[in-house]
Order: sequence, then C-alpha cells, then structure tokens
Amino acid sequence: MKTTDPNRKRRLRRIISGSLLVMLLSAMLLPMAYWSVTQLMPETFAQPVTDTNPRSNYWREVREGTQGYSAVKGQERGILIQNGGQNWRQIRNGWIANFGPWIMALMLGAIAAFYIWRGRIRINETESGRTVPRWALGERVLHWYTAILFIILAITGLSLLFGRAVLIPLLGPHWFSGYAELAMYTHNYVGPFFSIGIALMIVLWIKDNIPNRTDWEWFKQSGGMVGETHPHAGRMNGGEKAWFWIICSVGVAVVASGFVLDFPNFGQWRDTMQLANMIHGALAILWISVAFGHIYIGTLGTEGAICGMTSGRVSSEWARQHHDLWYEKVKHLEETTAAAAAPPRHERPPQA
Amino acid sequence: MARMKFLCDAERCIECNACVVACNNEHEVPWGINRRHVVTMKDGEQGEKSVSVACMHCTDAPCAAVCPVDCFYTTDDGIVLHDKDICIGCGYCFYACPFGAPQYPEQQAFGVRGKMDKCTFCAGGPGEDNSAEEFEKYGKNRIAEGKLPLCAEMCATKALLGGDGDEIADIYRQRVMKRGGRPQTWGWETAYKEGES
Repeated sequence: MKTTDPNRKRRLRRIISGSLLVMLLSAMLLPMAYWSVTQLMPETFAQPVTDTNPRSNYWREVREGTQGYSAVKGQERGILIQNGGQNWRQIRNGWIANFGPWIMALMLGAIAAFYIWRGRIRINETESGRTVPRWALGERVLHWYTAILFIILAITGLSLLFGRAVLIPLLGPHWFSGYAELAMYTHNYVGPFFSIGIALMIVLWIKDNIPNRTDWEWFKQSGGMVGETHPHAGRMNGGEKAWFWIICSVGVAVVASGFVLDFPNFGQWRDTMQLANMIHGALAILWISVAFGHIYIGTLGTEGAICGMTSGRVSSEWARQHHDLWYEKVKHLEETTAAAAAPPRHERPPQA
Repeated sequence: MARMKFLCDAERCIECNACVVACNNEHEVPWGINRRHVVTMKDGEQGEKSVSVACMHCTDAPCAAVCPVDCFYTTDDGIVLHDKDICIGCGYCFYACPFGAPQYPEQQAFGVRGKMDKCTFCAGGPGEDNSAEEFEKYGKNRIAEGKLPLCAEMCATKALLGGDGDEIADIYRQRVMKRGGRPQTWGWETAYKEGES
C-alpha cells in the first residue's frame, strides 16, 4: 500500500515521534517509581538496614575468632574456630620446610665453591714461633659452651622440622618417635642454657664490635678473601662484627621466640605461639646457614685461626696478616712458644 | 564406606553440656581434659547461639600435616585418629587445629605437655579393638561395636549429629526445608532492633 496523502503522512509521523517520546520518558521515569512510592510511604516500605540475620552474625563472629562463653574452663575454650593455624601450617610446611633446605644447601655449596676456587687462606709469612694472646680462657669457655649447645640445638631442631621427611624412612616410625622425643626435650631444656651463653657473649664482646670506618674499608676489599691484599682490622674484623650483629639480631629473635614456645605455662595464646614458631624456624635456618660460614672461616678456611680459640694464642704472623691494628696493641705481650716454632714451614707449597 | 562427620545444629543446641559429660564419662577421660566443649556466642544476649565442638575429623587434617612424628592416620570411615605410642607431645597439632581439639594432660615449663588426647569419634586407636590397653589410652571403641559416638547418640535435642555424612546432611537438609530456609527466630526482625532494648 502506498501512502500518498500528505495529511495521513503527517499523522503517521506524529504517532511515531509521540510513541518514541513516551517510550523514552517511561524508560527514564519508571525505574524511579519505586523510589517515589517508598519516599511517599516510608513506613510501609521501610527496609531496616540495621536488621541482620542472627545466624550469619553467629558464623561471622565464629570466623573472626570472637571469644564466646564455654562451661568447659580452659585457655581459649571460648574460641570456636581459630584461623591462624592454617596460615601457620602453610608457612611452616610450605616456605620454611621448602626453602629452608635450599638456603642451607646453597650456603654449603657457596662455601665449597669458594674453597675450590680460593683454597685455604694461608699465613703469608713463615711462622717464627712467636705468639700473642687472642682469646682469654673465659672467652674460649664461653665460645665453646655456646658453640656446642648451638650444634645440639641445630641438630635437634632440624630433626623436628625435617625428621618426618628424612628420618622416618630410615628409622621407622617407632625409633624415630623415640629419637624425636629425646630431641624435643633436649632442645627444650638446652635452649634456656644456650640463651645464657648468647647473652654473656653479647655483653662480653660488644665493646670490640662497634662498627667503624676500618670495617667499611675491610668490606670494600672483601676482607682479603678475594685477591692478595689484606685490609686493616682491629681485634675484630668486619666479618666478625657482622657475625656478632647477626647474633644480636637474628640470634636474639630466635632465642626470644624459643622462650615463647618453651614455656606454654605462661598462658600465651595459640596465635602468639604460631607466630613464634614461624620466626623461630625461619630465622634459625638463616642463623645455621651463616654459622656454616663462621665455622668454615674459623677452621678450614683460614690457616692459624683455630689456634686462637683452642690454645688462646695466635702466631704473630697470623695476627699481623689478619688483625694488624690489633697486633700493634698486643705486640708487647708477644712470647715465643716452643711448640709453635717446631713445624717446618718449607714443606708448604709456594703461594700462587 | 561411610564418611563419618559431626554436625551441630546451632538452632537446636541448648548448651546443656551433656555431650561433654557423656564423653568424659564414656571414655574415662583424665580430669582436666575435655575432648568436647560447647561454645556459646552472645551469651545472654539477643541472638545467642551455641555449638558443641570436638575434633571434626577433617579431610585434610592440619594436625596430621604438621605432626613431626607423623602419628595421625585416617580410617576408612574418614575418622582421624592418632597413635599415642608415637606422639611426643610437642603441641604442633594444637597450634594447627582450628577447633582447639588437641588436648594435653599437662602444660608445663620446657614444653612438657604429655601425650596428646582428642576425640576419637568413639573409634579408639591403633591396636586391638576394645582391649584394656586401647581403653586406657583412647577410651571406648563404640564404632567397633557398631555404635555411633555417644555425645551425638544421647543429645537430648538432637542438635549434635554424628555418623555417615550423607545421612546427617539429609537430616539437616530436611530440618532446614521445614524451617523454610529462615532462621528460627521468626518475628525477631520485626519485634526487636539491634542495640535497643
């Protein structure tokens, strides 16, 4: 059908535009109808926003660990669900148990690689037999007391963390249980005695370990571990000072968290002990890793270093090479020790 | 095989603590240890709710995951049990458990705790079923006798359900359907307002 009548055409256009307008206005205004009704009759349509579902409130409080009442008396009995344990589990069984062995293995690997590359750091001069006193008897007793307890604690502690994976396949569950119980009680009883050693070490050696400009130069020259130069050092070189301050920070944190775990009778909550256990495990692994370095440098890595901690005296040549500034101060205490003079130095291969 | 579960209907629990008493009596649990306890939130206030809780016998049990001596095992029924001959009393399961289920006879200096004790779903432990030794360490083994946990069996309001997880879920689903999926505090929302008397 063809529309040719102009009136009819105009009417059609009017209807179309009118309908569009109505549609547009409805689309904009109809959604507001609900609002206008609730505004006009608020008492009928009021939605009390303060009303909440008691059941969901209950479970929300439970998940948040809110304390309730329990007729069963005991610590934390009012807490229905404690969420922290799952986080603790993830971190202990996850990060600490997985990265811990890698950190220790990388440290041992780095030490082995350094030994292969650099070898033992020899005393450059021929030892004359003259020695100077380095560590007093009290210092040596304290060192070995703490060192032996450290090794006991490290072995027993690592057994509790990795024994399930490593030792149960070797010993079987019953033998490992017996060992683990012994390890746990050894760890728990030795720990506080070890902390006494750490505290005394800090008090005794802090005066020798204040960092200064010499240490900065010492570190810039890699402590003489790389190349043949020997940076200046006082009684403690930069490395020893770093080890001292690691004990003061990492070590003290391990000891403090250990006390939290060792004395549950003080009534600390689970969340505190979960946190303490994570700190204790993670930092203890770091401490053990750094201790590998300390043990290497003090024994195999440096010729003549161990004598200081066993006999208390070091050869004057060693002292001049490693602690020249300190040697100048103790030179007047120099003595000739017959035993030290004996070894024929010419047997040693020449330095590269 | 059934997968054993506990479910406590918070709409029904009246905090009578009979489950706790029944458990302690049935297993002759040492004084000071409670394998089950009832927690009441908003005690004495509007919306008070109680739940009886013990070891929930988790699928991926955190206690078992962190145990340094691996003394936990899960039975074919999904019940999490532990071997007291292997347990060293280190307390790790107590750190890990969300429900506070692991209990210790002691809590002394130097981490002395004694062997861990917890709800066994009345299923005893390793060793011969219902032997004197098993009773001494773990309590009665009702599961071996074909019975369900006593706490749930004797619950007066049938709030605490224990048994095959599917059957328990069915019972609970029927209850919720009957309640119309609404909390059983009908009228409270109209009658009372939060924070006002």
